[in-house]
Amino acid sequence: MVTVNLWSSLSRFTGGETAVEVEADTVAGVLDGLKAAYPGLAPILDTGVSVVIDGEMATGRHASVAGATEVFLMQRMKGG
Amino acid sequence: MAKDELGETLHLVGTRPLRPDGLDKVTGRARYGADVSMPGMLWGAVVRSPHAHARIVKIDASKAEALPGVKAVVTRADFPEGLTGENWNLQENTMAGERALYDGHAVAAVAATSALRAQEAARLIEVEYEVLPHVIDVDDAIRPDAPVIREGAADATVPEGSPPNVARYIEFGHGDTEAGFAAADLVRERSYKTEATHQGYIEPHACLGQLGADGKGEMWVCTQGQWYIRQMCSSVLGLEAAQLRVTPSEIGGGFGGKTTIFMEPLSLALSRKAGGRPVKIVMTRSEVLRATGPTASASMDVKIGMTKDGMITAAHAEFRMQGGAFPGAPVDMALYCAFAPYKLPAAQHIGYDVLANRPKCAAYRAPGSPMGAFAVESLIDEMCRELGLDALEVRLKNAVKEGDRASYGPTFGSIGLVETLEAAKSHPNLAAPLGPNQGRGIASGFWFNHSGETSVSLAISEDGTVQVSVGTPDIGGSRASIALMTAETVGIPYEDVRVNVVETGALGVNEPTHGSRATFASGKAAVVAARQAIAEMCRRAAAEWGIDPEAVEWANGAAQPAGPNAGKFPPMGIEEIAAKMGSTGGPISGHHESVPEGAGASFGCHVVDVEVDPETGRTTVLRYLVVQDAGRAIHPSYVEGQFQGGAAQGIGWALNEAYIYGEDGRLQNAVFLDYRVPVASDLPMIDTQIVEVPNPGHPFGVRGVGETGITPPLPAIANAIEAAAGVRMRSLPMSPPKVLAAIRAAREG
Amino acid sequence: MSKIHVTTTVNGDEVEFLADPRESLLDCLRDHLGLTGSKEGCGTGDCGACSVTLDGTLVCSCLVLGVEAEGRQVATIEGMAEGNELHPLQRKFLEHAALQCGFCTPGILVAAKALLEKTPDPTETEVRYWLAGNLCRCTGYDKIIRAVLDAAAEMRQEAA
Repeated sequence: MVTVNLWSSLSRFTGGETAVEVEADTVAGVLDGLKAAYPGLAPILDTGVSVVIDGEMATGRHASVAGATEVFLMQRMKGG
Repeated sequence: MAKDELGETLHLVGTRPLRPDGLDKVTGRARYGADVSMPGMLWGAVVRSPHAHARIVKIDASKAEALPGVKAVVTRADFPEGLTGENWNLQENTMAGERALYDGHAVAAVAATSALRAQEAARLIEVEYEVLPHVIDVDDAIRPDAPVIREGAADATVPEGSPPNVARYIEFGHGDTEAGFAAADLVRERSYKTEATHQGYIEPHACLGQLGADGKGEMWVCTQGQWYIRQMCSSVLGLEAAQLRVTPSEIGGGFGGKTTIFMEPLSLALSRKAGGRPVKIVMTRSEVLRATGPTASASMDVKIGMTKDGMITAAHAEFRMQGGAFPGAPVDMALYCAFAPYKLPAAQHIGYDVLANRPKCAAYRAPGSPMGAFAVESLIDEMCRELGLDALEVRLKNAVKEGDRASYGPTFGSIGLVETLEAAKSHPNLAAPLGPNQGRGIASGFWFNHSGETSVSLAISEDGTVQVSVGTPDIGGSRASIALMTAETVGIPYEDVRVNVVETGALGVNEPTHGSRATFASGKAAVVAARQAIAEMCRRAAAEWGIDPEAVEWANGAAQPAGPNAGKFPPMGIEEIAAKMGSTGGPISGHHESVPEGAGASFGCHVVDVEVDPETGRTTVLRYLVVQDAGRAIHPSYVEGQFQGGAAQGIGWALNEAYIYGEDGRLQNAVFLDYRVPVASDLPMIDTQIVEVPNPGHPFGVRGVGETGITPPLPAIANAIEAAAGVRMRSLPMSPPKVLAAIRAAREG
Repeated sequence: MSKIHVTTTVNGDEVEFLADPRESLLDCLRDHLGLTGSKEGCGTGDCGACSVTLDGTLVCSCLVLGVEAEGRQVATIEGMAEGNELHPLQRKFLEHAALQCGFCTPGILVAAKALLEKTPDPTETEVRYWLAGNLCRCTGYDKIIRAVLDAAAEMRQEAA
């Protein structure tokens, strides 16, 4: 199980939780697991989010979360 | 870390050779967006709404079409229907549909045999409007009774019952802020506003597009990202992406504003309608200011708790930002960056992305970060002043370090804020004496830095020189930095490497030069590609020598036996291997495609001395210092250039620049005379100090440096103005009339 | 509108073109003569990217009509180097990394050359005020000013 830290306004879709557990080995698994457990998150996750694993921005859906101590969901980032 | 492998033997990284594209750029030969013409070329012109918000009742192009030399007119009817999400936003911004949503919104376009003829024809296109109520200011736009920009614009993040122009909502935080504020000796809450500013690149948008009835097309365009142009034009026009070849011109500045499309699809649509003749469109400055991406404007409430010895106990921020008539104001990034330099026991952030009748905002250098910094860094300074504390010491005391939790959630990896603050503290500028009406201001700034999709190809030439194909346009010297890293890796002279910025047909998808990523991501990929080519050259040498490839190593541009047991052969140089490659297995090259990991964040600290004229309210910048963590400066001159350029843009934002709208919702300062960016006589020399806390995510330790520098000037100057004139400016720009009014109000007490 | 035949001298070469009377000198240089080194950044004389000299006087070529060039001497960035021999300003701009995107560079070089011809030993302030009509958005001007001062010093030494 991985604990995923959400931004707090997403707790509207998770029954008030800002940290939720999903069964996943990869970023894709995290996102799919979140959508399965909390369908209200789907449109937000589908528009694109950044996943930060142990302080590092994950660079793709196949990035591993196995053994991660900290997983954060953030808005998608780019720059100027 | 790779840096340590090279640490003692760096020959090129950190030196300052001439840039490879320099000669073309000092002789006028470099070709920018508007500099290329083609046989049979037509010129395009765009008809734009004079209204901030209006229903388009009718478009009559018959008079224009009757004008000799006019070859095509396009309106929204020439675009495919059924787009959704950001693709729809882009299409709607490219060409208005049912309603014009801001002053300058394109409603029609025309192509003719000369630029003057196209402009005449554009004036003959008659558009009937029904003017609708409009809203410009963010605090007006968020009111429940504001004119509605677009029904159904709110995405799933917006709670029900929110005001109609709220398009996105975000809330995040950690810890118990109430307890934190209760533990503070001083709690202050203040409101701040920043106005929209424009990236202000000196080169207006320009493109030359050609599209045939077979769906095959080409485009020459000034852009930060040729694949973005390809993808966005294809989506908006319903084309197959691979059938459109996009070649980037030299680019006359971008700063984020050239990462998206504006009139590019119009040139293709006009070309298709004109039988496939190429169509060139060059924007005027007024079009650039009215209709291309400025940044968002912001209204911000910040609350901070501090103990009397300067420890921050809690922080709260609510930011409202408008990014024009479409979602996308960088309110999330502004909040993420706002408190990033501080280790906070508790923090809460609330953000609203609000629609208004203004042009669709585009990215601008560290999007969002300058606004957040203006609010937070100003308030921290106000509180330090009230508590009698040294602003730099308070920043050091609360500074985040590796392993600390960031204000936006995750744990920081390697960062160099403390080193940056220490370097600022010991810089001689901090000891410079100040006279009457002079004051010093300090502020920090932060940007994440971005990686992004990257594809690089490297090939060894027959004579042993090396060509590198990258997809990130060179805006400020990235060809030089990538050539330095490649030459360092291969062990050949800098002059033996040519870095080419290539068209979309030549590489896999690349994200633009944005997010301070070119030297990080293309540079990292070039190093990996170079190592592949080196491995192949070692294999070729091993085969010549008849030894195991594992027994060959690469040093100083040559293959050599890895040790005494490998065999006794003289080193085989790259020239020799290259000369024989046709008969030893064919071309030698390296490729790397990835989203490189480990883009390291960059912190900066600026120190500014100003003098405020109490009679006029004019602020003169006397002395300016930028200290920033570059990880490692590959070409220090261009790192300094990024620091100085970012600071200058921030100074402009702080003191002069602003979008000024009339009651009618029209932009009133759409020329450089009135939208006044800093000129040479406005600025002093900008002192720089490069801090190098290597980024473990890059083979040479690079952190992107392009963006952080625009962030601290806004609050640093506000802080300096208070020190100089005793007035606290909480809204930008801090122009002479506003400062003078504040001084007079303070005098009258 | 009928076009007007214009004969003028650009960078020492006699040239002819047909100008619409509404076209600026900048348009004529770029679109009729293929001299695209001069840039249009604003079209209103505010940015200086189109700087050229007309009979030795520094002008914004976007504010001069093409037909006004009749019988006059125009000098543009394309004529600044002598063959492959760069003008000291061009060399110093490269050495000082005084350009990032390079779009304002031709205009600034032309303007700086005009300054040094009048004022061979300018102060920093004089350089800043002379170049105040040439916008650069990338560099913050620091390295540009240093390059101009350094070029001036070298040119004075050569002249001495």
